[in-house]
This record gives sequence, C-alpha cells and structure tokens, in this order.
Amino acid sequence: METSEIKSTSYTVNKIKSYNQGSVKSNKPLIEIINLSKEFDGEIVLKEINLTIKENEFLTLLGPSGCGKTTILRILAGFVSPTNGDILFEGKSILNLPPNKRQVNTVFQRYALFPHLNVFENIAFGLRLKKKKDDEIVAKVKQMLRLVKLEGFESRNVNSLSGGQQQRVAIARALVNEPKVLLLDEPLAALDLKLRQEMQYELKEMQRETGITFIYVTHDQEEALTMSDTIVVMNSGLIQQVGTPIDIYNEPKNRFVANFIGESNIIPGQMVADYKVRFENQIFDCVDRGFHPNEPIDVVIRPEDLLIVDKDSAPLVGVVDSVIFKGVHYEICVIVNGREYVIHTTKSARIGDVVGLTVEPENIHVMEVEGVGNE
Amino acid sequence: MVKGLKLQHKIYLGLMFLFLYAPIFVLVLYSFNESEAMGRWTGFTLKWYNELFRNDTIKNAFYYTIVCAIISTIVSTIFGTVAAIGIYYHKKRVQDYVLNVNYLPVINPDIVTAVSLMILYISVGIQRGFTTMVLAHIMFSTPYVILSVLPRLQAMDPNLIDAAQDLGATPLQAVRKVIIPEIMPGIVSGMLIAFTMSIDDFVISYFNTSGGVTNLSIEIFNMAKRRVKPTVNALATIMVAVVVMFVFIINRIGSKKKIEYRLKEEEK
Amino acid sequence: MNRTIKSFLYPYAIWIAIMIVIPFFLIFFYSITQSRPDSPAIFRFTLKHYREFFKTENINILSKSVLLAVETTVLCLLLGYPAAWIIAKTKANVQNVILLLFILPMWINMLLRTYAWQVILGRTGILYTDAAVVIGMIYNFIPFMVLPIYTAITKIDKSLIEAANDLGANSKEAFLKVVFPLSMPGVVTGIVMVFLPAVSSFAIPRLLGGGQYVLIGNLIEKQFYLLNNWNFGSAISVILMILILISMRFMKKSGEMGGKGGAIPW
Ligand SMILES: Nc1ncnc2c1ncn2[C@@H]1O[C@H](COP(=O)(O)OP(=O)(O)O)[C@@H](O)[C@H]1O
Ligand SMILES: [Mg+2]
Repeated sequence: METSEIKSTSYTVNKIKSYNQGSVKSNKPLIEIINLSKEFDGEIVLKEINLTIKENEFLTLLGPSGCGKTTILRILAGFVSPTNGDILFEGKSILNLPPNKRQVNTVFQRYALFPHLNVFENIAFGLRLKKKKDDEIVAKVKQMLRLVKLEGFESRNVNSLSGGQQQRVAIARALVNEPKVLLLDEPLAALDLKLRQEMQYELKEMQRETGITFIYVTHDQEEALTMSDTIVVMNSGLIQQVGTPIDIYNEPKNRFVANFIGESNIIPGQMVADYKVRFENQIFDCVDRGFHPNEPIDVVIRPEDLLIVDKDSAPLVGVVDSVIFKGVHYEICVIVNGREYVIHTTKSARIGDVVGLTVEPENIHVMEVEGVGNE
Repeated sequence: MVKGLKLQHKIYLGLMFLFLYAPIFVLVLYSFNESEAMGRWTGFTLKWYNELFRNDTIKNAFYYTIVCAIISTIVSTIFGTVAAIGIYYHKKRVQDYVLNVNYLPVINPDIVTAVSLMILYISVGIQRGFTTMVLAHIMFSTPYVILSVLPRLQAMDPNLIDAAQDLGATPLQAVRKVIIPEIMPGIVSGMLIAFTMSIDDFVISYFNTSGGVTNLSIEIFNMAKRRVKPTVNALATIMVAVVVMFVFIINRIGSKKKIEYRLKEEEK
Repeated sequence: MNRTIKSFLYPYAIWIAIMIVIPFFLIFFYSITQSRPDSPAIFRFTLKHYREFFKTENINILSKSVLLAVETTVLCLLLGYPAAWIIAKTKANVQNVILLLFILPMWINMLLRTYAWQVILGRTGILYTDAAVVIGMIYNFIPFMVLPIYTAITKIDKSLIEAANDLGANSKEAFLKVVFPLSMPGVVTGIVMVFLPAVSSFAIPRLLGGGQYVLIGNLIEKQFYLLNNWNFGSAISVILMILILISMRFMKKSGEMGGKGGAIPW
C-alpha cells in the first residue's frame, strides 16, 4: 500500500502525543486473560495468552492477518470457547456466560447491521431486548445518533448508508447498551484512507467521552500507534510485546515487532559492556544495559533516526544507492560495508555520493537475538 | 441485443400460447354449452354452474382440497423453516445426511413416494383418510420449503446472529428477531410452493386417502375416466377465474410496490 | 453455544425417518419377500418379483414408457429452447408478462387441462394413441423445460456475447459458441424435470391413452389398486427408482445441475 508508506513517523508520534495528553487512566484490572489457548481442529491458533486489560483503557491487538486477533475477540464476546485457560471479568470467570449475558458488545468487521431494520431500530435492538420503555429508548437512541453524528438518519434503510455511516450505526448500536467493554474488529478496514483517519480520531474521542474500555483489533500499525493506550503485538498466536505506542515503537523487543511496527534497519552486533554496543566494527554509546559481555544482539535504528553527516567525522561511511521522494520526506538508501541502510530525511542527496551516517545513543535500540516468546 | 422481436419470433410465441391456452379456452367455452356432449355447441346456459353448486361430491372434494392445502401449508412452512435453521447450524456431515434424505421425495417419482407411504400406513394399520392425506402432503411439501429457505440462510451474513446475541438476544430471540425476518422471502416462496403442490396434487393423495375423502384432482380423474358432464367445465372456469383474479391482485400490489420503490430511489 | 438452535433439526429428523426412510425400506422389503397367503405375517425371501418383471410383456411396458418419456423430453427441448431464448430477448417489462402467461396454466388443475385435451383430441381422432399421450405430456411439462433454460440464458453475462461479437463472431456464431454452451445447466435441469415426471406419469396415459393403455406408472397402480400384489408393485417401484437414479447420474455427468438446488443425493 502506497499510502501507508507515508507514515512519516514524526507525524505519527506527534499524533500519539496529542491524543494521549491529559487522559487519566485508572489502573484497576477489568479483564484478565489467563493462559488462554485455542485449537481449531488440532491447529493451534492461540498459545497461552496472558493479558490484563485495565478499566478505561484503549487496548489494541495488532498483528498480521491470521495471527489470532479475531479469535481472542470472539472468545471475549462468547462466540467461541477456548480450549484452555480462563477469562476473568472483574475477578470472576465469564467462560460459562452466553454472549447475551456478557457486559461486552462488539462492532463487527463488516458491521453486521440488520438489513430488515432501519437505523433507529438497529440501534434500539439491544434496548428493546431489555424491555426498556419507549421514551427511554427514543432518548438513548437520539443521544447515540448525536454521538456518532447521524442525527436525522433514524428512519433510513441501513443499506442506503455509505460505508462510514454504516460503521457509525454499528458503533452506536453497540455503545447504546453501555457495555463495560467494546470490542472492535478491524472496524475501519473497509473505509478509504481519508475516512479512516477521520474515524480514528472520532473513535478515540468517543472512547474518552464514554470512558468505556475499547479492545481494538487491527493489522494497521499506524492505526494502532495513533489510537491506543496499550498495544499488544501478536504473531502466530503468541503475544510478542505489550506496551505503550511509544515503547513499542522505540523499544521493539524483537525483530518481528521492529519490522511490523515500521521500516527498520536491523543490524547484528555485540554488547561490549553496559551502554556500549559494537556493530559495523565500530563501538557506539547506547542506553541499554544488562546484557552479558559480548552477547550477540540485534541493533534497531529507525530510518528517521539515521542522520546524514559529513563523511570525515562520521562513524559509518557509505555510498548513496537510491533516492525516492515520498511526499513528506525522502527515502534514501545508503550502502555501508555492503549492507543497506534506509534513511528518512527532508534533505535530498545525490546518487553515488559518499556520505557519513551517525545516530544518537538514545536512538540505538538493542534487542535480544531470536527474542521470540511471550512476555 | 435486438430491439423488439422479429415477426417470426412473435409468431412462434403466439403459437406456443395457442397451444398452452387452447385447452383452457375449450374448458371455459363448453361450461356454457347447452348440450351435455362436448364438441358441439348448442346454445348458452348456466345450468352446469347450478348443478355444480348442488353437487355434494364436488363440494366435499373442494372442501377437503382447501382445508388440506391450508393445514399442510401452514405446518410444512413452519416445520420446514425450523428444520432448515436447525440444519444450517449443524456440521456439513450431518447436513449432507439430512439433505440427501430430504431430496428423496423431490427426485423420486410421485407414484413411488405415494405407494411407499401407503405401504407404511397400511403396515402400521392406520386407516387412510383425511389425516393420512394431510400428513402425506406435509411429507412431500416440507422438503421444498427447506430447499427454498436454506439458500437464504446460507446467503445471510453469519455475523448477524452473533451480533444479535452480542446485543443481548438469547438464541431463540436471535432466531425470531433476526433470522426469520432475514429469510422471510425464502419462507414465503417455500410457502407458495407448498400451497401450489398441495392444491394441485393428485398422485400422492390418490394413494393415501380412502373412505369417501377425496380431493378435486381425484374427483376429476374419476369423472374423466368415465363420462364427463360439463359440471367439470364449470368447475374449471371458476378455477381459471380465481387464478386470473389472484394474478391480477398480485400484479397490482407488485406494481404499486415498484412505484413506491422508484419514488424512494428518486428521493435520494 | 447454539445447542438450542441445533435442536431445531431433531423433530424433522425423526419425521423424515418415519415418513421417508422407513417407507423407502418397506418398499424394498416388500420387493424381495412373499408372505404366505394363509399367514400374512410370515415373510419369505424371494427374487421372483424381479424375475417376473423381466418377462417380455413388462419389459415392453418399461421400454415403451422410457421411449415416450424420451420423445416427450426431446420435443419439449426442441420446442422449449427457442421459446426460452425468445423470451430472454424481450424487454424486461414484457418479459415478466410473458413468463406469467407461461406459468399461469400450471396453476389450473393438471387433470382438468388433461381432460380438456381429451375433448380436443377426441375431435381429431388421435385420442387413445401414443401421440395423444405424448401431446398431453408435452403440454403438462413444457414449462419445466422453458423456465430453467430461460433462467440460464438470462444469467449469461451480456458482455460475453459482446466479447464474442468483438472477436468477430456474427450473432449466429455467438449463439452457437457462447449462449448455447453457457445455457447447458438450464438444459440439463429442464431435461431432468421433464423426463422424471414423464416416465412415471400414470394419470395422463390413463386419460389420453384409454383404459387399456399401460405405462410403467399404470402398471404400479394396477398392482396396488386392482391386483393387490404389493410385492410385485414394490419391485417395479424399486426398478423405476434405480432407473431414475442412473439417468440422474448420467445427466449430472453431462452438465452441472442448476435449478433443483444443486447437489444430487448419493
Ligand atoms: N471457526 C474456525 N475454524 C477453523 N479455523 C479457524 C476458525 N476461525 C479462525 N480459524 C483460524 O484461526 C487462525 C486465526 O484466525 P483469526 O483469529 O481470524 O485471525 P486474525 O483475526 O488475526 O486475522 C487462522 O489461521 C484461521 O484460519
Ligand atoms: Mg480478523
């Protein structure tokens, strides 16, 4: 996808900052997922997942397609029962509760709006089942329509709505039941880029306004970085890393996370001592410690953290191999000792130039080699 | 493609319709014929209608036909819909077993289905009559209801049921409030098939009733085997009139709906 | 989780076991047994009903039934295909009216319409001949041929025909090379839907062929109503079922089944 390339990271990080300013999170655990495993016909889909989800949190399950994200959501909602493990909701196991008894609502990937009901009745569906009074239903539905900016659409046929509007109805339909937790399964995947970005912002707003815990599933790392309080990176049924967007972005725990979260330069090296790392036959200062002396490690450097400098004073020297204009920045490829380094910068360079590269110590991220495993 | 129809195409269709409607025209025409012998027009009369309305055999047969059709349609529609939903929720293997058996009455010759059921009734010692006829009708119409409902279920977004339960519906509520409205067109067409087949059935009823209980098909068959009186024509004419009226009404409703729909579309 | 909904199937499963499966086995059972006249509860295994079926006179009845059904099917196809094609070519609003006119006669009792043919054919003098029976069957079953073919033709993507024209086919060639092959599923369904009732029909031959006229359906009816020979009647029924099974298999091979919901059992 061309567009996701532009996730020029400074932009992303700024967004993270602006979204998360001032949101105060309580630390009470709401959901505890304990040793959760799931097999489908002998195929292991989830392996001993452990995860705590706090009240008012915006938590994102991020991972490539097929890694088991939807399965976790469906287990939480009650559509699938796990092979092993337990789920505690406010300290009590909910595995034996049917979906209709759980204080959880879902926004389905393809919306799953009821085609035989209009917008109003779709949203009122849960309230009617609870046998609420008519005036209460009207009031609540109206309030929801205001929240999702669909006032005046009450009697519209859901099939006559655009994708974005259907999406809002799906959200309103779930939120009107005042669930403790809202599960969202790639809710924006079917929308076009511009609408998606708008909805990201609005969803985040809604979450803050309502104070409901959101568990959000996506395979789009930018979406995860922009919206979440906590990101859970998954791969093939395993949790790779749990952390804030900034943690995940800056301190990927392993190659998978580093690659999945964004384009990275990953270079093999050794830890010489605490705060000293060697790669490309140079010793660099860094901020990591606690490794064995001379332990082999991988070094991660984000493309925007590599700086092109004068070749005489630089620790790394290489030749510019390609320059691509990407809108906000240039993507420049420099070959150093036969290894490609990708650099994002606002200044262009000429192909064939010999340039120097440098990196600040806090931008050198050291991770264990083959660091695949659970938390 | 081609605008309008070429002359030879029009002629072809015209001949086809002549073939299809000639017998009906003959039936209607001779219901007003004075003479008892068909084929010779001797003058206009309504006496066969008079006779028809006083003919208890035909009145009885008519009554049984209608009541049997109504009962078997209602039962097989409900039964078939419920069964189809059940089938949909089972594994492929179970589905295959049930559907294979379900197909038997569909592809088996009617006469084989009919005699097999008759053997069952007689072997078990059930006196054949109205009840056995209704049961037989339910037996052969329900598979058609299932076959028209099941594709609707399969075309439905499976998340709809999850969504209903997610919003607090019990499984039964999900069926009532989401599945049934979703598959309604399938249910309606299944119902129409069931009704038509029951009204029109001859072979199955013929073998599975006795003791003075008949339906119109059986009566007509018995009359046609022997000497026929134009009372049958009078009956046929009434049927034609009912069918034409029915079609007319449906068409009116249909075109009204169409107009409403178009207006709605234009609003946008 | 959805055990409640799954249980919806069980009443029907019991129902079809009683009303479809057991009768099916009963017929089979009767076809291979004979009870003693003095004690009807004692059954003895025998294949004599099948042997009896293979007597010349019965084989003649079977082959005549198949022959007339084949004739009916072929004529329905020859007459019905052009009709389906012409209907598919008319404008949408006219199309619905024409289709309705096609279906309308089917809503009037089949026996009434057959009886009307008695009258018409009686005047031409071919009543109580093979031709009369075939005409009656064509009349009753031709909509089953036209409708599936019409459906198959309307489903053909118009751009395929345009593509054929674009590639140099004239309208005749486009029909032969594109429309006709793509309408085959409808043709197969039509053939099955005409052949099945035609081969086993007994009311039409009885009314248009006369009291002495016997096709396989009449032969079965006679065993149950006149001669009270259920065992032989069952044996004929089993043979008829097998015959139909084989022809369905054959048809399935020669084209994908459309219409009746797709799969053919067994
Ligand atoms: N009902 C099911 N039956 C069998 N396999 C399934 C089922 N649901 C999911 N899977 C398998 O589980 C794995 C994870 O699926 P899913 O949770 O949908 O992944 P994601 O949402 O991360 O793309 C996939 O390999 C998928 O094929
Ligand atoms: Mg998924």
